Amino acid sequence: MSDHAPANRKVKTVIDGREIEVARDTWALDAAAKLKIRIPTLCHHAALTPYGACRLCVVEVTKGKSTWLTTACDLPIREGLSICTNSPAVLAARRMTLELLWAQAPASEEIQALAREMGIAKPRFAARGDGENRCILCGLCVRACEQLGAGGAIGFTRRGVERTVDSPFGGQATLCIGCGSCLAVCPTGHIRGIDRAGQRRMSTWHTEMEMAACESCGALFAPLRQLEHLRPRLAEHIPIVKVCPACRRAKAAKETTLPARPGAALIRNTRK
Amino acid sequence: MPEARMNCLADLRGRQERARVAFYGPKVRLSVGVGTCGLANGAGDVLEALRDEVARRGLDFTVRATACVGLCEMEPLVDVLAPGLPRVFYHKVDPARARDLVAGLAKGLHHGDWALMRADQDKLLVDLPRSLTGSLNGLAAVPTFEEIPFYRHQMKVALRNCGFIDPLDVEEYLATGGYSALAKAMESMPPEQIIETIERSGLRGRGGGGFPTGKKWRACREAHGEPKYVLCNGDEGDPGAFMDRSIMEGNPHAVLEGMAIAAYAIGASYGYIYVRREYPLAVDHLRRAILQAEQAGLLGINILGRGFDFTVRISRGAGAFVCGESTALMASIEGQAGEPRAKHIHTSEKGVFGRPTTLNNVETWANVPVIINQGADWFAAIGTKASKGTKVFSVVGKARTTGLVEVPMGMTLREIVFDIAGGVAGGRQFKAVQTGGPSGGCLGEDQLDLPVDFDALTAAGSMMGSGGLIVMDDRTCMVEVARYFTNFLRRESCGKCTACREGVLRMYELLEKITAGQGTTADVDLLEEVSRYVADNSICGLGKSAPNPTLSTLKHFRGEYLAHVTEHRCPAGVCKALTKFTILTASCKACGKCSKACPTEAISGGAKKVPALIDQAKCVRCGSCREVCPFDAVGTE
Repeated sequence: MSDHAPANRKVKTVIDGREIEVARDTWALDAAAKLKIRIPTLCHHAALTPYGACRLCVVEVTKGKSTWLTTACDLPIREGLSICTNSPAVLAARRMTLELLWAQAPASEEIQALAREMGIAKPRFAARGDGENRCILCGLCVRACEQLGAGGAIGFTRRGVERTVDSPFGGQATLCIGCGSCLAVCPTGHIRGIDRAGQRRMSTWHTEMEMAACESCGALFAPLRQLEHLRPRLAEHIPIVKVCPACRRAKAAKETTLPARPGAALIRNTRK
Repeated sequence: MPEARMNCLADLRGRQERARVAFYGPKVRLSVGVGTCGLANGAGDVLEALRDEVARRGLDFTVRATACVGLCEMEPLVDVLAPGLPRVFYHKVDPARARDLVAGLAKGLHHGDWALMRADQDKLLVDLPRSLTGSLNGLAAVPTFEEIPFYRHQMKVALRNCGFIDPLDVEEYLATGGYSALAKAMESMPPEQIIETIERSGLRGRGGGGFPTGKKWRACREAHGEPKYVLCNGDEGDPGAFMDRSIMEGNPHAVLEGMAIAAYAIGASYGYIYVRREYPLAVDHLRRAILQAEQAGLLGINILGRGFDFTVRISRGAGAFVCGESTALMASIEGQAGEPRAKHIHTSEKGVFGRPTTLNNVETWANVPVIINQGADWFAAIGTKASKGTKVFSVVGKARTTGLVEVPMGMTLREIVFDIAGGVAGGRQFKAVQTGGPSGGCLGEDQLDLPVDFDALTAAGSMMGSGGLIVMDDRTCMVEVARYFTNFLRRESCGKCTACREGVLRMYELLEKITAGQGTTADVDLLEEVSRYVADNSICGLGKSAPNPTLSTLKHFRGEYLAHVTEHRCPAGVCKALTKFTILTASCKACGKCSKACPTEAISGGAKKVPALIDQAKCVRCGSCREVCPFDAVGTE
């Protein structure tokens, strides 16, 4: 209880019978990764805060006399924990999770592949809705928008089985800058977006916006809104928001000249 | 004329004494229960009639609005305290009777013939037991409250003062010794000793979890981070549960005093009371109580001149059941969506706004001042080995007397259902009792000797929960009960985690299928498998306990599930698809009640000595005929 040691203290834990020492409050998922133990995840992304929603990464934790199932992504390692990532209870729970997700998002090939890998041929539950759904409500897109994008463009609406991710009131996402982080992190292919005819279309969020042209080559390279969002944050790097990445690379290559002093070392390592 | 702010303990003692004199003074005192239950039964008109009659006659009586005394079924209740006489309660009072009552009391006379009960010694006031009685003066025939079965076995600790004092007047709380515990704590108990007292008392969280309160406080005191917070969970969302509402409406200062004591012990400077918006009266009473306590110097800056600051604010919930869960509640207070998070890091370490936090339920807070006043040993002497003190239950459903009861821990469910609540209404057979609200479990006749004890109820597959207690008779289908509560939980799931959102949905679909007569034994097995999965894999308490109604009925009433799927029969005659009502001609006395009650005119005969007959094509299986039949002549197939 009164475990108020400094955060950088090391603690020992046992994962699948192997002992490892990690910094206190390291996520169990990361500790297992250090041992090259793979735990399947859906709602987890290294760049985002853990959420614990999909329940796929459940592991069996033992502390003292009690043993329970919990998610590894949001479990901070503290003294005295022993973790099993592949007990029969863990595998049964993961199978049920995938069975439920398959029935919830029957159109997602990614979920089906994961489920088949776990030995599920067909879910025992009827497909939800019209069978076209791919979203498993893992919340990665919402967190990506909040933590990587402009924030607040999309969010969860309603609750329980009626829960969905959507733009505000299902209309144009006025805060969306079209950065595409949501699309990039979506694990099931639910989020749709495309660049077409000078527009970036985030179809899933009912939102369209104009693309900006590169000052150098004229190619459309980023939504205007995204550049406007970045401009005040990148004051001293203004060229970044004017020139496309390809031209920036070319320009940087050209500007990187050899040292003025002929014969000087390009790199230097003075260790003996 | 409101009194000035109190700046020292002597101020408090003086003011308590003045309040006490006014309360038990020479005036006749009439109080009416105008809590939510009283108001619903017309107590507002009774209060007005009393005031009007007293004014019309020019009497110097005190007429007060109080809250619920627990006997909700008998409202409107009028409580009379006349000098030198026992305290007398009148039940089911209407405005006309109210005027008669005043007329009698003007002559110093009680209406002994319609009095419900009397109290010779005020055992309902745990803080200050006192003798009230002078002469019985014609009231000997009125039973004492100890003689009324509903009250005989009760012990009021958390509910003390509820329905006795005027919750809108801090002087009334002070008159009954209010804020003595806070004064005692600040004057003579170092924080360490306060926590030690709560630990030794054995008080456990009354919201259902049963976590040792003192341990919670200690962890929060030892946690690093400023400021610290003290929270009160008043989001009582269980259908049919109203323990916390009653306390917030009837004795709001007890909650504030409990919170202030904890804040002092823990070193917290801010408090929030999270109340559901559906409790407007509780919100109003708490708000006024906070204001009065601040004006009196009992809350806010420099409390009672002791240099201790503690500010309390109200945070209103927006109607989500899940916000009664601690992490969802804190998210809601912070202004975020009310969704739970993993609890690997304790609230005491990182709670609301990421700061050390102590969260207790309304009833737990209401217990605290009594423990400080009476001592840990006094409290620990009540109850069982691991569950100390009392527990409040709202007894509802098919009980003969429904209402709010507070009993010592360790009392058996049988005593509550049969001795206090008078057994099953309408002479029906007892079938099951559900404890712990929608996510509690159903226990059958053979479990009735279980004591009210956190661990015993959990071991039996139910839980203490916050204190809902639903009595069910033999015309209750346990599969339908599971379906009903699972539907509630399905709609209240926040939808964050797969286990609860998808799992509870599938449980509900399976239960629908079984009650619709289309289930198989494989469905029952799958239902059990999904239920166990949901219990083990959900993020929060809502999901973890959501399978309780299903798992407990599967455990104690499995035969009923099997009757549905193998014999295609609903033994209780509730599930429409599996029930056919018929008239048992031998018992039918042709009284005609059934044909009058039938909404679809499916019953012919039933009058002029011709036994009734049900046209199955017209029958919608509502069961109205069976409800009204006085001769048990409507059977089910």
